[in-house]
This record gives sequence, C-alpha cells and structure tokens, in this order.
Amino acid sequence: MAEPAGVLFTGVRLLDPASGLDQPGELLVRDGRIADFGASLGRPDGASVVRGDDGAVLCPGLVDLRAALGEPGAEYRETIASAAEAAAAGGITTLAALPDTSPAIDDPALVRLLRTRGEETGSLTILPYGAVTRGCRGEELAELGLLAEAGAVAFTDGARAIGSARLMRIALAYAAGFGARIVQHPEDPSLAAGGAATEGELATRLGLPGIPAAAEAILVARDIRLAALTGGAVHFAHVSTGDALRLIRQAKADGIAVTCDTAPPYFDLNETAIGDFRTYAKLSPPLRRDEDRQAVLAALVDGTIDAVASDHQPRDADDKRLPFAQAAPGGAGLATLLGVTLAQVHGGAMGLMQAIGLLTARPAALLGVAAGRLAKGAAADLCLFHPERAWQVESGTLPGKAQNTPFDGRALEGRVLGTWKAGRRVFG
Amino acid sequence: MRHLLAIEGLHPPQIGQLLDLAESYVLLTRSGKTQRDLLRGRTLINLFFEDSTRTRTSFELAGKRLGADVINMSVSTSSVNKGETLLDTAATLNAMHCDLLVVRHGQSGAPNLLAQKVDAAVINAGDGTHEHPTQALLDALTIRRRKGRLEGLTVAICGDIAHSRVARSNIHLLSTMGSRVRVIGPPTLIPAEAGRLGVEVFHDMNAGLAGADIVMMLRLQRERMGGGSGGLVPSAREYFRFWGLDAAKLARTKPDALVMHPGPMNRGVEIDSAVADDPARSVIREQVEMGVAVRMAVLDTLARSGANG
Repeated sequence: MAEPAGVLFTGVRLLDPASGLDQPGELLVRDGRIADFGASLGRPDGASVVRGDDGAVLCPGLVDLRAALGEPGAEYRETIASAAEAAAAGGITTLAALPDTSPAIDDPALVRLLRTRGEETGSLTILPYGAVTRGCRGEELAELGLLAEAGAVAFTDGARAIGSARLMRIALAYAAGFGARIVQHPEDPSLAAGGAATEGELATRLGLPGIPAAAEAILVARDIRLAALTGGAVHFAHVSTGDALRLIRQAKADGIAVTCDTAPPYFDLNETAIGDFRTYAKLSPPLRRDEDRQAVLAALVDGTIDAVASDHQPRDADDKRLPFAQAAPGGAGLATLLGVTLAQVHGGAMGLMQAIGLLTARPAALLGVAAGRLAKGAAADLCLFHPERAWQVESGTLPGKAQNTPFDGRALEGRVLGTWKAGRRVFG
Repeated sequence: MRHLLAIEGLHPPQIGQLLDLAESYVLLTRSGKTQRDLLRGRTLINLFFEDSTRTRTSFELAGKRLGADVINMSVSTSSVNKGETLLDTAATLNAMHCDLLVVRHGQSGAPNLLAQKVDAAVINAGDGTHEHPTQALLDALTIRRRKGRLEGLTVAICGDIAHSRVARSNIHLLSTMGSRVRVIGPPTLIPAEAGRLGVEVFHDMNAGLAGADIVMMLRLQRERMGGGSGGLVPSAREYFRFWGLDAAKLARTKPDALVMHPGPMNRGVEIDSAVADDPARSVIREQVEMGVAVRMAVLDTLARSGANG
C-alpha cells in the first residue's frame, strides 16, 4: 500500500493551525513525509493524485488527547484494532491512551507494549499515559520515572480522581522532577460516590442520586493550590462546569502551571440529554446544566480550554442496558470528535482555524509530540474533510466496536473524507 | 563553646580550630599514642534514645582515648521506657555529676532542651532531622585532608535531604567554609525552600554531579519507599536508576572526585557496590577513622572551656 512515488493532494484548502496557514493549494507526500506544499506544485513525477472536492480541507491528522482503549482487559468493549478503525474514520492519527485498564499501565513494559501495538495498527500512533498510582488504586505512587523513560507522555489514574491531597501533592512534586504533567479527573470522590447525574431539578425529578457540580470546582481549586505549592503541572480532563473554568482561568492568569481539556458532550449537550433515562448519555463527569455548557463553550472560545479530546469510553450493550444508576458511565467519541466540534464553527462561536487547532496543534503541544502540524519533512499524518458534508450519527453503524454514542440521532455537518498515516491511506 | 548543639551559627575560625585539633589527634592516634590524662576523672555519658552502633562506639572510643570514664545509656535500658520525661532524665544526670553528655534523640531540638537543664556540656550526636554536627566535622576533615581545602570546592549532597540531619549539618558547615553546595534528589525528598539555605537544588542527578569535587551520598530509609503513610519514592529500582550513584553517573564529576557516605549503606539502592568499594574514589572507611579524631577534638574543646568557665 506504500506509494513511494508519492501522493499529490490538489484542489484542497490547506489548514494548519500550528503555523496559521489557511490557503487553497496543493500538498505533496513522498516516502511517508510531507515533501512540499503551496499554492501550486506543478505535476510531480509519478505521484498519484487526490483531488479535493469543492471546499475540502486538508489538515494535520487529529491528535486525541484522551481516549480509553479496551485493551488490555476489556476487549469485549473495544480492541486496539477496533479503536484504530474508529479513530481513522474520525480523522485521528495520534491518540493518548488512558492507563486505567486491566492490568493498569503502571509498568514500563506495558508502556512499551502499547506503543508497539499502536505501530502495528499502521494507522494510529498510541501515546500511553502512565498510571499515577500502582493499579490506578490511588494508594502507592507508580514508577513515574521509569514509565516516563519508557515513553509515557503524562500521568493520570484515568477515570479515577486522585482523592488524597497528600498523594496528589507527592505526585505533582515527583512528576515535576521529570518535567511531566499529572492529569486529574476533577471530581471529589467523596462527593461523587454513588451519583449518576448532576444534582439539581432534573435529577430530583428522575429520582437519580446526584453529583453536585461543586465536586468539580472543589478538586480543581485544591489541585491549583497544590500545583502552586509544588511547582508541578496539573491538567484537568473533561472540564464541564463554569465554576471550575473560572478557577482555571484565574490560575492561568496567575502563572500557575495549569491546563485543561473538555470533550464534545460538554459543549454540545446538557443534562436534558439523559431525558427518559438514556444511559448512552450517562457520562463521567455527568452532563451539566445549560449554563455550564455555555460556560464551557465560552472557555473554548477565549482559550482557557487548551484542547478538545474525544474522551472515548467504550461500553458494550450490557454495560448500558441497565437501570440508569447502575449503567456504566462513558460515551464513544472517536468518530464524532471532528463533526461535533465543527458544529460550533457552523454555529458561529469560533472559526475553523481555532476549532482545528483544538484538535491538532494544541493537544500535540500538551503531549510534547511533533504531531498535529503541516511541515516539510514531518510525517504525512493527514485528515481530509469536508466541513459542510452532512451525515447522521447512528448507534449501530459507527466504525469500530463501541456504539455507545451520546450523540445518537444527531445530524452533523462535517465529514472525514480520508485519513492518511505516514502517507498511507487508512480511511476513505 | 559550652555545648555543641549545631553547626549552624558556628564561625569559620571555630570550625577551623576544631578541624586543626582533630588533625593533630589523627596523627597522635596513628602514631599509636594516647592522651589518657586529658579527661582523667571526667565522666562522659552516651545517652542514646535511638539505636546507633557507629556513632556511639566512636564517641566511646574518643572518650576513652582521652582518659574519661565512659558510660553508655541506651533507651532500652534506661528509665525513659518507664515514662520518665526528658527533663526527669536531665535531673538524674545532674545528680550523677556528668561532665560531658553525648545525646542522640529522635526529636529535633531535644539536645537543646537538655542543654538548658543539665550542668554537663552537651554534644548533639544527631537530633531528629535537625543536625548531626560531629558527622559534618568528620566529613569536612576527610575532605580537607584529601583536597587540602574546603573553600571553592563543589560538593554535591545526594538523596533524602528532607529527612537528613547529616545533610543539614554539612550544608551549614561547608557553606560557612566557602564550599559551593548542591543538593540532589527527587522533589519529594528535598525540603521546602532548600535554596534559602544557600544551596543549589537539582532533581537531575547527572546535571547536579557535573564538575563536582565531592559526592556525598545519603542513606534512603526503606520506609520512604512504596505505599503507606511514608511513601515518597515509588521503588528501590526507580530510586537507583535516577538517584543511585553508579559509575556512569560518577563519570559526570571531576575525575578525582571523592565519594562519601555517612553509613550504613544500602548497596544497590543509593550506591552501587562497585563505586562504594572503589579505593581510588571512595573515602567511606576513612570517614570512620576521622570520626574518632573529630570527637576527641570536640570533647577536648568542651572539657577545656568547661574547666575555664
């Protein structure tokens, strides 16, 4: 499938948030790398041609800051192969994988294994997160130094919050010695225990145990103070409330090493999506009130939020076909990451450049990798999409194994036409 | 000088005189002579609330070589176990007419408290995570004999700085005497505002060792590792990988850099045996010899000032 003579993309809108490039033109791939790009490259010898439809955009392959793979340990939900298929269909060529698997990614050998398994897919670079604590159990610090040496890009206990302030302090301080970030699931575990939905009128009407929105702000406030105390860097994942974002905005202004991401459900949906006990919309953190959704969107626009991640959490039907409070939280997100983000471009909240930046250059910078940019000599990881092409999200027909999308039935504008990994077409 | 409770606060001439005197005791001992009349009739009590073979033996030998009557009291045989307070102990010691009291205690500041209440001259043999003055003096003597000076040398102290009284005393002594002191360790083992003590802080050992004249390794206590309430580093293998002294890391120092360790060593945790036992680099055994000489000098000095006062 390798195309040594190269591929010429022509008639495309070249979009590269890393450099600010946005112009119609052509891009040439040779030997898996971006050889050249510009307004017109003539007719390079022997290159096969990919012609962009009217208005098609060629941008760097998307960099997903946060996704759970089913492997190892939950292959019935998703495998690396099925996740890679879904990622390719979503335009994603680099993905940071969460470590709260079974076993947890708390040993250097497992980090190396995941990296290798990614290479074997041929379509997806897997950047493993290392566990902060052994087994992601929140008790003993994992071997962060050896994990970092093996290639862990940052540290997190995944869907589990680091609840102990002392442990978080130690983790932040220790990781800082290796220049590594601690990624927190910002939800006070003692307040969130047993909860199924955001505490408030809707949860009250539905009779569901609530999680107060303050559970997020409380942990964010604490960890900002701990980051300042230790000089460590903290990253808050899937931030979903206005209160937490106000704290993060202020901490950034104060020069504290704080970053954050959110995921499409938190700026596209609100708590009413759980409607008639729809378990596919049961997420962690839970969907919030609309004021919080609007605050998340505003923080995306003003730059407080550094990236949009898929927050892919594969679940099978049996995980979800349960009474709401007993159903597993989490939504599939790989295939819908681009489309749902583009809805905010069509809605006028932000420009295409900003939206794609949140999916490419900015997560790549957080991960400290050279992906997510169009540059001569860089690996030709590319995503060709049409921002206006319409499609409908339909659970059961999504690429990959996990079908638990909270966006079931949603009409989207913006579709991936093709994905290339190191110059090889892996989708479309 | 009435007591020796801490290095912090001593002036360079005081330290220099102690080292000069200790130097003379090294020569005296090596020539096989003793000076058993100097402390004849004086009573030295080794009061150890923590186990220590090395330091207690060193003080005992120093006292005996100077002719003192030496009595060892350790916590397991004393009435402290029966509920006696530190100040009750002080009153008892006064009744015994002790002249020199060597104290080791798990609590920082315990020797200071005793010094306020006893008639004897108090020598701190290690208090909590505060100071261990005679260890710093013997380290300085070892360095000075090998390098001819302390001033201008770059000394890297590596390991659990936060819980180390040896590190604190060495930091004070060496910076007072004009050495450049670096501390190296994981952030969880570096105490708050360490830089304010006049040292340069490193987390990357290779960077911290670059160009060093002296490498002082500290013991990592097992309870700092792994889970539980004390866990500040994940494992022994990770600690050794990043903060254990092996030949590769030692190669970052000056070619004639010396390796020191206050003992007892955890081989394979903070130090590789190949380095610890390298006669060209390691002065760990020499430190022990210097320990006796330094303690003779301290006992001598305090006994004299006590006699004058």
